[in-house]
Amino acid sequence: MDNKIKKVDLIFEKVDYLEILDRSFKRTQDEIILDVIDSGLRGRGGAGFPTGLKWKFAKNEEADQKYVICNADEGEPGTFKDREILTQAPEKVLAGMALCGKATGANEGFIYLRGEYNFLLPSLNATIDKFHKQLKELKFDFTVRIKSGSGAYVCGEETALMESMEGKRGEPRNKPPFPTTAGYLGKPTSINNVETLVFALMIAKEGPTKFREMGTFDSRGSKVFSVSGDTPKAGIYELELGMSLEDFVNEFGDGDTKAVQIGGASGFCVARKHFKETVIGFEGIPTGGSMMLFNSSRSMYNILNDYLEFFEEESCGQCTPCRVGCQQLLKGIEAVKKGVRPPAYLDDLQKLSETMKLASKCGLGQSAPNPFNSIINNFREEIIY
Amino acid sequence: MTKVEELVKKEAEIHGHNRESLMPILQAVVRSERFLSEEAMVAIARELDISTADVFGTASFYTFMDTVPKGKNIIRVCKTITCHMKGKDAVIAALEDLLKIKLGENTSDGKFSLLQANCLGWCHKGPVMLINDEVYPEVTPESAVEVIQEYLKQK
Repeated sequence: MDNKIKKVDLIFEKVDYLEILDRSFKRTQDEIILDVIDSGLRGRGGAGFPTGLKWKFAKNEEADQKYVICNADEGEPGTFKDREILTQAPEKVLAGMALCGKATGANEGFIYLRGEYNFLLPSLNATIDKFHKQLKELKFDFTVRIKSGSGAYVCGEETALMESMEGKRGEPRNKPPFPTTAGYLGKPTSINNVETLVFALMIAKEGPTKFREMGTFDSRGSKVFSVSGDTPKAGIYELELGMSLEDFVNEFGDGDTKAVQIGGASGFCVARKHFKETVIGFEGIPTGGSMMLFNSSRSMYNILNDYLEFFEEESCGQCTPCRVGCQQLLKGIEAVKKGVRPPAYLDDLQKLSETMKLASKCGLGQSAPNPFNSIINNFREEIIY
Repeated sequence: MTKVEELVKKEAEIHGHNRESLMPILQAVVRSERFLSEEAMVAIARELDISTADVFGTASFYTFMDTVPKGKNIIRVCKTITCHMKGKDAVIAALEDLLKIKLGENTSDGKFSLLQANCLGWCHKGPVMLINDEVYPEVTPESAVEVIQEYLKQK
C-alpha cells in the first residue's frame, strides 16, 4: 500500500548535542542564522514566523543584555507535544536555546513552563544543572532558568508571557515593538516554541538541506503532531508536513471520522467533504500540532460549546472585542439552541466574529472566531436543532 | 511575625525584592497555603514595595492563584473537549459522591477542593485529573475514587 504519511525522527532522535554545540560555537552568528533561514524553518508554536529571521532581528539589535525564551506554555487544547519533548529530549531543548543564544548574542535564557506541567520541574532543573556544567566545559557563557506559569492560556501569547515573567497580569502588549526589539524587561528577546528550538539544533547538526527537502514550498520539514479524540492511535507523531487531511484521516481515523479540528481550539474545523483538498501546513491549515478527530457519534454543538466556553474563560478581558465577543458567541449559540433566538441570529454572530478578528488585540480574540465560523459553516443544522 | 509573613520574607530573600519575583513568591505561598490570604498579599506588597492592589491584580488574573481558602489537596479535573468526550463528567460525579461536595467546593475537613480546569495537556490520555502537581491520566470513575482514597489514608 502506498503510504502517504511519512514518519520522521528528528525531534526525539538521540544526538550528541554537545558536539553540535561545540561545532556551532566556532562558527559566526551569521553562519548559524543563515543555515536556519535556508532551512525554511518556521515557528512550531502555531504562528509560523520564520525562525531564522526572528534570530536575525534579535542579533541586529544593539543592547547590553539580550534574552532567549523557550515558550513552554503549551495551553492550546489538543496539544501535548511540548510536554513530551521536555520529558524525552530536554537536553536538546536546552542546546537549542544555547544555540539561539550564540546566534543572537544572548547569555541568559528562560523556559516559561505552564503551571500544569509543574511535575516536570525536578527533572528539568536537574537537567539544567548538568547542562550548565557542560557549557562551562565548552567555555560558553549561557544560563537557563525556569519561570512557571499559573494556569492562564493567554500567557502562551509571547508578549503576555513576558508580562507574566515580569510579575504582572498576563495581558498581551501592543505590537510593535516586537520582542526582538523590546521583549523581556524591554530588552531584545528571541522567543521560540520548544519544538522550534530542537529543530534549530537539528538543522545545525545536519545543515539546512535535509530539512529543506522535506515538506512543501511553504511548509518545510517535519512537525510533531498531537493526535487525540476519536482515534485508535492517540499520541505523538512526527510527520513530514504538507500531507492532505484525507491521508491523515486514513492513517489515524477510526473509519467514521466526521470532522477534524486542526490547530486546537483556536484552529479550524474541517468537515469530511473537504478532507481531500485540505493540506496540513502553512499553505492550507496550519497547526501547532493539535489534531482532534471527531466521529459521527459526536455532537458538533457540544464541541463548539466547549471551545467557546474555553475562550470565554481564557480571554484576558483587556480588549473589548475579545472579552465581550467571546461571551456573546457562547451565549448566542446557547440561545439559538434553546430557540430563544431564531436560527438567523447565527448570521449576526458571524458578523460579530468578523469584528473580533479585525479588532482584537492579540491572537486569542483574533482566532476565537475560527472554530466558530468553521463549525457554523459546516454544521449549521447541528447548532440549530 | 506570623507564619505567612515569615514565609513571604523567606521567599523574597530567595527570589529577590524586585517585581519579577512576584510570581515565584505568589506561587510559593500558594504551594504552602493553597491560597493567597489578604494577610499574605499585604505582606508580599510590603516586601516588594509595591501596592497591595498590584499584588491582588496579578494574583486574581491567574487561575491557579486562589484568593479564597482551598483544601489541602486541590483536585482539578480537565474539562476541555477530549476529556469531556472521554467521560470527565462521570469522573466528577464519582468524586462529588465520594467527597460529598459539589464542583468548586471544599470538604468540611479542609482536605480537598474539587475543581475543573481548562486543557491540562493530556488529550491523548483523557480524562485526566491533577491533584496539586501530580497528574493522573486515563482515570475512570473507579480509579479516581481509588486515588482519592489513597490520599485519605496518607493524610
